[in-house]
Amino acid sequence: METAFTPWASLGGGALIGLAAVLLMALHGRILGATGILGGLLRFDDPTDWSLRAAIIAGMAAGPLVWLVLVGELPVIDLPVPNWGVVLGGMIVGVGVSYGGGCTSGHGVCGIARFSRRSLVATASFMATAIATVFVIRHVLGGW
Amino acid sequence: MRLLSAFAIGLVFGLGITISGMINPAKVLNFFDIAGTWDPSLAFVMAGALGVAIPGYRLVFRRPAPAMAPGFQLPDTRIIDRRLVLGSATFGVGWGIAGFCPGGALPALGTGDPTVFLFLAALIGGLLVARVLQGRFPARKPA
Repeated sequence: METAFTPWASLGGGALIGLAAVLLMALHGRILGATGILGGLLRFDDPTDWSLRAAIIAGMAAGPLVWLVLVGELPVIDLPVPNWGVVLGGMIVGVGVSYGGGCTSGHGVCGIARFSRRSLVATASFMATAIATVFVIRHVLGGW
Repeated sequence: MRLLSAFAIGLVFGLGITISGMINPAKVLNFFDIAGTWDPSLAFVMAGALGVAIPGYRLVFRRPAPAMAPGFQLPDTRIIDRRLVLGSATFGVGWGIAGFCPGGALPALGTGDPTVFLFLAALIGGLLVARVLQGRFPARKPA
């Protein structure tokens, strides 16, 4: 399935992602990593910490709804993957980001922005295997 | 104020994911499909994010502490080990299969798309499986 190349929207949306990361550090002193924020939501020992994480995630989920109000339609979500692939991939992502200590937002944006060598290595690793995985699925196995 | 600011920051992130197109897994998967229907948009998202975050962090870290918390919570590990590389490599395999990463899926919750809930349930399952494994084989705490 082809998707349109959107350099300006992607650059602008990316700038908002970077702005959110800077604001979270400036106000709350935290890395804006989806893995870390979600992972902490699965611990219940610190209610103040929990409510902050819950508020961030609620704000994230409000993004498409605010977009709906602004432009009159929800963003398109096309998932050219069968449900069992979504479940399998989701579980593998969960295990991988736990051991790798972060995902695209935590390592790829926040980590690289503070010139962490760990994050650079992590980002190179997951980008490389994601490219290899899609190559195998689409061009070796013939697609889903 | 504390929670309102956290919500607003989440919203900026969620709008960024929406506007950048990264809320759509088809677009993300096409970034990885260099040999096929390649869509380079994700590279522009990273460029936009880093273009703001690099100078922004530089300004923020000039201050002694964040505005609403006692200190900065930054990962202190600097070691590059097998755990980091293999964990990240594993994440990439899952990302290539499912098309969603955690930062794309959380904003996508707001669309109500049922496959997003399916992915997030599986993701949380994976996080909990890793937590059990890590409890059994304790090593460094993830950042």
